[in-house]
Amino acid sequence: MSKDSIPQSTAALAASFEEEPSQASVATLPGGMTALKPFGWAKNNLFNTRANTVLTLVCFAILWFAVPPVVNWVLLNAVWLGTSDECRAAAGACWSIIAVKHRLIFFGTYPYEEQWRPFLACALFVAMLGVSGVRAFWRPWLVGAWALVLVAMGVLMWGGVLGLTHVANDKWGGLPITLMLSVFSITLAFPLSILLALGRQSSLPAIRSLCVGFIELMRGVPLVSVLFMASVMFPLFLPEGVTIDKLLRALAGLTLFTAAYLAEAVRGGLQAIPKGQSEAADALGLGYWQKTMLIILPQALRMVIPPIVNQFISCFKDTSLVTIVGLYDLLTAATVATTDPEWRPFFAEVYVFAGLMFWIFCFSMSRYSQWLERMANRYNRR
Amino acid sequence: MSKLVQALNSARVRGWLYQALFVSGTLAVGWYLVSNTLTNLSKRGVATGFGFLNREAGFEIGESLLTYAASDTYLKAMIVGLLNTLTVSAVAVIFASILGVAIGVARLSSNWMVGRFAAVFVETVRNVPLLLQLVVWYTIMNRLPSPREALEVVPHVFLSNRGLKYPTFVEHAGHGWAFLALILGIIGAILIVRYGRKHRETTGKPFPTLPAALASVILPPVAVFVASGAPFAFDLPVLTGFNFEGGASVSPEFTALLIGLSVYTAGFIAEIVRSGILAVPHGQTEAGLALGLSPAHILRLVILPQALRVIVPPLTSQYLNLTKNSSLAVAIGYPDLVSVTNTSANQTGQVVEAVAMMMVVYLVISLCIAGFMNWYNRKVALVTR
Amino acid sequence: MSENAVIELRKVGKWYNSYHALRDVSLTIKKGEKVVVCGPSGSGKSTMIRCINRLEAHQTGHIIVNGTELTDDVKSVEKVRKQVGMVFQNFNLFPHLTVLQNLTLAPIWVRGMAKSEIEEIAMMYLRRVRIPDQAHKFPGQLSGGQQQRVAIARALCMRPEIMLFDEPTSALDPEMVKEVLDVMIELADEGMTMVCVTHEMGFARSVADSIIFMAEGTIIESGSPAQFFENPKSERTRQFLGQILEH
Repeated sequence: MSKDSIPQSTAALAASFEEEPSQASVATLPGGMTALKPFGWAKNNLFNTRANTVLTLVCFAILWFAVPPVVNWVLLNAVWLGTSDECRAAAGACWSIIAVKHRLIFFGTYPYEEQWRPFLACALFVAMLGVSGVRAFWRPWLVGAWALVLVAMGVLMWGGVLGLTHVANDKWGGLPITLMLSVFSITLAFPLSILLALGRQSSLPAIRSLCVGFIELMRGVPLVSVLFMASVMFPLFLPEGVTIDKLLRALAGLTLFTAAYLAEAVRGGLQAIPKGQSEAADALGLGYWQKTMLIILPQALRMVIPPIVNQFISCFKDTSLVTIVGLYDLLTAATVATTDPEWRPFFAEVYVFAGLMFWIFCFSMSRYSQWLERMANRYNRR
Repeated sequence: MSKLVQALNSARVRGWLYQALFVSGTLAVGWYLVSNTLTNLSKRGVATGFGFLNREAGFEIGESLLTYAASDTYLKAMIVGLLNTLTVSAVAVIFASILGVAIGVARLSSNWMVGRFAAVFVETVRNVPLLLQLVVWYTIMNRLPSPREALEVVPHVFLSNRGLKYPTFVEHAGHGWAFLALILGIIGAILIVRYGRKHRETTGKPFPTLPAALASVILPPVAVFVASGAPFAFDLPVLTGFNFEGGASVSPEFTALLIGLSVYTAGFIAEIVRSGILAVPHGQTEAGLALGLSPAHILRLVILPQALRVIVPPLTSQYLNLTKNSSLAVAIGYPDLVSVTNTSANQTGQVVEAVAMMMVVYLVISLCIAGFMNWYNRKVALVTR
Repeated sequence: MSENAVIELRKVGKWYNSYHALRDVSLTIKKGEKVVVCGPSGSGKSTMIRCINRLEAHQTGHIIVNGTELTDDVKSVEKVRKQVGMVFQNFNLFPHLTVLQNLTLAPIWVRGMAKSEIEEIAMMYLRRVRIPDQAHKFPGQLSGGQQQRVAIARALCMRPEIMLFDEPTSALDPEMVKEVLDVMIELADEGMTMVCVTHEMGFARSVADSIIFMAEGTIIESGSPAQFFENPKSERTRQFLGQILEH
């Protein structure tokens, strides 16, 4: 998908089709050096046609009116470490609410003195995500490392061993909940989704229709309803005396939901494999599971890594819905922070902060997935 | 013995065997869960079945297209919720499409500034959870000044923490007829556009499509309006005491949900439109140019028909997503299907039935949209060897 | 310059950023003349032919087609494009339209012809390229050779005075090259002014009035086929001919 290689004149055509498109992409002066000079660049990209000149001027006008107030609010008139009264007096943003409430926003109701534990857990987690992004580290040991990190996180969060006090998981909140729900649900959903995708491609009608039914059911209903269902149904499913806590119920709901969407991504990969591969495996005398595990899946999964990352992004955003079934995630914590009467007017700052946290994470993941896609294309082209 | 082995080695017998095992396993697990559920429910003294639907709901619903009172049944309450879901989704689909197409085209602009503006919009709304965006819009709505200090956006249109108040006409029989004339005029305009194209294609001569279509839309309703005595009286919102009287209004919940859904979905639609247009090879544009077609004609006759094939399927699934995302209304208190179902479930305790009904309704909506998509794909599929 | 020149290039130069694609290319083509342009890939031959109907804009020099100079002016570009037909390497047929619709689209929307009138003409051209029975199929249902013949018919439907061919047979399987070349030879016999970028040396030898050899953005050599094949002037041409005629 080398979108960049498509000549600019198609774009020009789409945007201002009353103009002559073949003009748009070429430098108008000889020597070709003009393209490198800022003046020539501006002439080609901002003022090349009459319509574009008008558009550029409108954009500049918007910037002229929008930028100064925003800069004033965010930076110049902002209160960074003052009291709420100073904030009320100031014209700018009140960043001191973040200074005061950041522990609440990040860690929710986790005992205050113990909050270094979720901090350490999150740091480990983010570091591990960073390591996993490097292709050179895609080796079997990475799975082991993840298992170790997850155990360490569990120990840190729950405690009860190694001299750490026990913290029940209804006290957990904020960022750790968001991170853990998204990573655990995608990890658990992954194997399930492969089975579902294989089932959907199966030649056995009963297996195929059950898988299709499950996938289409999950994809046809909103996540909220799945979460409601999970939070009321799971306790009813279990025999008497066995209980299952709220966090696990939400995790189960998210996992089933994510698995259905992932299964469709995996199916895309399976369908992209040429039929010849399967025929070659049959001709070599491999059985169904040998063929699937050795020939089909390794190729299909490599192809679906970018869609899986995209699914991870939407899963990360979707974890914010658990607030509806009463879990204390990053968004809930942010909302709680805005309800303090002393700081009530400064909701915008808190939401900007929480939004920024989500944005940084999702944006970098989506850039990463685009990069992976480019790498995959390069690999295929060779 | 050898016959049995032979049978077990037959691919067909094996297939049946696997399926039988799989199905019976699924059934066994299902039966176990259902029996546990029934035991638990009877222990808790919760009734089962859908009898509750005919009982009195006993709760008010903030906004409703139908006349609804607390004394109506649960079934009616859920229908009201469903209609609210469909209303907000339908309006949001229109806004999201307009905004999304505009931004998608802007992203392709040869103008660097316009392209950057669009890219910033898309990257911002797509990478922040919808729920957070909704909460922000709703908080803004709630923190607006009270009706006494309401913002007068345009004369007689007020924005306050009670929502948006705007003037309407005083009802008059003439309006109905004028509205009918407008609808007929629009149908007429569509026919004129079709005829204009047909005329151009058969005779090659241009047809004054735009003026004729505009006349068809504008003239009949105006004529009917004047003929019925031009009943022109406004019902203006006026501040009396603590709130407005007169006029019509949209609730803050609806407004927040509408803005949030439209803006969020527009970000996704913009990307779909952009990649759809980029998917048409550049050679198509060149061929059109070489034949002497104008850029506007190339866009209309060559690029758009091909781009739409790429755009429509993911677009419909975005519409579907929007409808499903409208369920987040429950978080900001707009009485949509999920929110009403939730209240009903909490009151009756029959959570399983209520949530199941809600899921079935969404599933039906999804299947309808999916059905449309399949029909469209079959209709426009390119014929190849 | 001569009175009956229909295409005239005077010191045409073009850059892609810092890449110099055309260097002072000068060329005159008379009415009814058949010119074959050849040269190694990257020599600027496609760029030059695409400049003639301004799919690419030149930056220095002048291009005059049928008395109209090509400039930024949209009207003059439109005028030239109506008179110049083009056939592309990869056909560029419109996949969402039937063969007949491909042929009638531009005459209806650009020339303002009636559908009944142009459909008759289109069928005539389809008969001439020997595929009248495919009129109601879609391009995707045709073979490469058939598609290219449709593309030629599509260009002819605009009644052009000049035809440009940009490597019309390069994307075709060998057995289909002949059916396209036959159509082109017929067209040449009717006296159409033609500029062909092609490596089909047999076609060049039998049809061309003159052959132009390009390399590195300039015209190295031009002359009659006899002179070009029997007695090339430059070493560069000899080398190219050696490579291309070896098999």
